[in-house]
Amino acid sequence: MAESELDKVSGKTTTGHQWDGIKELNTPLPRWWLITFYATILWAIGYWVVYPAWPLLWSHTTGALNYSTRAAVAVELANLEKIRGDKMIALGAASLADIEKDPALLALARARGKAAFGDNCAPCHGSGGAGAKGYPNLNDDDWLWGGSLDQIVQTIQFGARSGHTKTHEGAMLAFGKDGILKRDEIGTVANYVRSLSGLSTRQGYDVIAGAKIFVENCTSCHGEAGKGNQELGAPNLTDKIWLYGSDEATLIETITNGRAGVMPTWVGRLDPSTIKALAVYVHTLGGGK
Amino acid sequence: MNKIVQTDPDQVEGVGPLYAAPKKVYPQSVFGTFRRIKWGLMAFCLGVYYLLPFVRWNRGLGAPDQAVLIDLPNSRFYFFFIELWPQEVYYFTGLLIIAALTLFLMNSVGGRIWCGYLCPQTVWTDLFYAVERLIEGDRRERMRKAASADPLKLERISEIVLKHSIWLLLAWWTGGAWVLYFTDAPTLVKELVTFQAPAIAYIWIAILTATTYLLAGFMREQVCVYMCPWPRIQAALTDEWALNVTYRYDRGEKRMSVKKANELRALCLPAGDCVDCYQCVATCPTGIDIRNGPQIDCIQCGLCIDACDNVMKKIGRPTRLIGYDNDINIQRRMAGKPPIYGIVRPRTIIYIALIALVGGIMLYALLTRSLLDINVLHDRNPVAVKLSDGSIRNAYTVRFLNKRGFDRVVTIDVDGPQDAVLHVVGDDSTTPDRPMVVLGRDGTTELRVLVTAPSEKNSKRSIPIKFRITDIGLGEVASAIDNFVLP
Repeated sequence: MAESELDKVSGKTTTGHQWDGIKELNTPLPRWWLITFYATILWAIGYWVVYPAWPLLWSHTTGALNYSTRAAVAVELANLEKIRGDKMIALGAASLADIEKDPALLALARARGKAAFGDNCAPCHGSGGAGAKGYPNLNDDDWLWGGSLDQIVQTIQFGARSGHTKTHEGAMLAFGKDGILKRDEIGTVANYVRSLSGLSTRQGYDVIAGAKIFVENCTSCHGEAGKGNQELGAPNLTDKIWLYGSDEATLIETITNGRAGVMPTWVGRLDPSTIKALAVYVHTLGGGK
Repeated sequence: MNKIVQTDPDQVEGVGPLYAAPKKVYPQSVFGTFRRIKWGLMAFCLGVYYLLPFVRWNRGLGAPDQAVLIDLPNSRFYFFFIELWPQEVYYFTGLLIIAALTLFLMNSVGGRIWCGYLCPQTVWTDLFYAVERLIEGDRRERMRKAASADPLKLERISEIVLKHSIWLLLAWWTGGAWVLYFTDAPTLVKELVTFQAPAIAYIWIAILTATTYLLAGFMREQVCVYMCPWPRIQAALTDEWALNVTYRYDRGEKRMSVKKANELRALCLPAGDCVDCYQCVATCPTGIDIRNGPQIDCIQCGLCIDACDNVMKKIGRPTRLIGYDNDINIQRRMAGKPPIYGIVRPRTIIYIALIALVGGIMLYALLTRSLLDINVLHDRNPVAVKLSDGSIRNAYTVRFLNKRGFDRVVTIDVDGPQDAVLHVVGDDSTTPDRPMVVLGRDGTTELRVLVTAPSEKNSKRSIPIKFRITDIGLGEVASAIDNFVLP
């Protein structure tokens, strides 16, 4: 190492380092700066000791405080439940109609309902309640079992054809499979059903025969005008909404094999206030009556 | 320009010292123009800082009546007649731009005058120095006391205790004033005194007391030299026109005694005005020698100018041997030309124009900003719903903003799809196609709005839809545009 010397211009000593004849002046750090730097190192060592820091092969050091983010989250969630407590009690106590009238309760029920819907209902009905083939769209105004708040609560609680004693019963018969109607009769009545909601019919189809078959076989559930019956979960055949599809082939399939979609019962799985919130949420999706 | 060589006892042979102990600075008191300006600005800045939270401003019932208030729990910022919402923080961006440009402008006119007169570090350090001087005496006395071999006499101890007590009191008051900006000041003062205030208030007071005590009492010029980035930035912003505190070496050199200078002048020979009295060094709060030319440690407070002027008056020479000057003038004087001060020049004009522009835009935005607003978010899942009669319905989440301090009633209309009908979820009391909504004061209201339109009359896949709200009392209108989608 080259010798340190005094630089005449600046009055400072040099470090002795030299590059291409340019000498480096020695400008030492202030002492407090170094002390601060060493203090941060000490702080880091303390941090290792106090908090979980070192990843080990299968685990990690747990630290002197036994702190873990997972435990902190659990505590925060418990606190959240405590904060929500009063509001959830108010929600449980209020009647369904009152909830919809009170903006604060409505907002709470919608938020709570939306979360519960995503957890429990979205697999079948879609995350926005839009449904799919065989799974009703909850945003529209067509209801198999009724769209009033009470009816929605009833459906959520006990489901449809779920096996619960209070569940909605009633299934579409398999007119073809069970030999009640012949193939050509099924085709005829399928066209008749299409005509009920203003859809086009196959050329040459017999209107009178279709109406006759319908009256003899279908009106007990779907009504004389085909307007359906919510007591039995029989769909309205005159509107524009079709759970399984409205084309001729699908209708023939429906009439031949029947339909009996199942909705599970939720009464033992969700607490009453959550079911209430779910009903309000579904009701406010837009189709509630 | 010779500097006194510093020798350090910790210097390691061949390498030099590993660290530098801070050089103790004992600034001497001084009287003069710039000192008076500094006192005035200090009183003004501290006065504003300490008293502003107690200024009242009537905003009507239910609204805070503190003129300047940062209301964090409710996400509001109040500044006299201005009330800002969280989504309006871009005003702060504008303020920051103006602040930066103002700093550039100050720099292009008068160098680091911010550092010397207005920077909180300078203001509080100056205040702490004043306390120190009052209790321990001026420069020579303090130096003598520091060097004294038997410092632990009762008198000395009481001086030290008194000084630090007053420092801590000032620091505590500084921290105390800070928290008053975040909640109603008189209430908080009462709570603080009766120990009812929230813990966070005490924590912040403690933090700011500690930092003020440390930075203004101990770190002082070390902050300016080592911690602050502004000297480095400033060095890149300055130019030959900027007025900096300058030793006019063309007049001062060569330095000589008054007697010698008078003898030379009697013979009509050139003589320097600087008598090497070191008054400029003694008064400097960062402990530098301004005669070494511009340097990063200089905060341009002008105290050396006052000190030098006082000496010049005594020896009967013209003042301002040290003064605010620029590089150009030194060259011009040496060439025998009169000095020029180009304060109005393209650089300053551009800065002022930019400040005026940004300020104008902000003012315009502030004066024309809507106190009623509506945001619309289209439901994405499902985008559109077919109803049993074949008509199409779209759902929207609509957020209404009422920035006024009273409740008001608005009606909602839509333009777009033919025969569109509006329904607000949770609101069945009014006419369904033109619902009325009550908006709470100074807050937002979020509602779910359903728009239904017959599909046979609306054949396009996507129809622009305009939500319009009208305050039925004031007639204020706000609107938002979205799309009505067919499946």
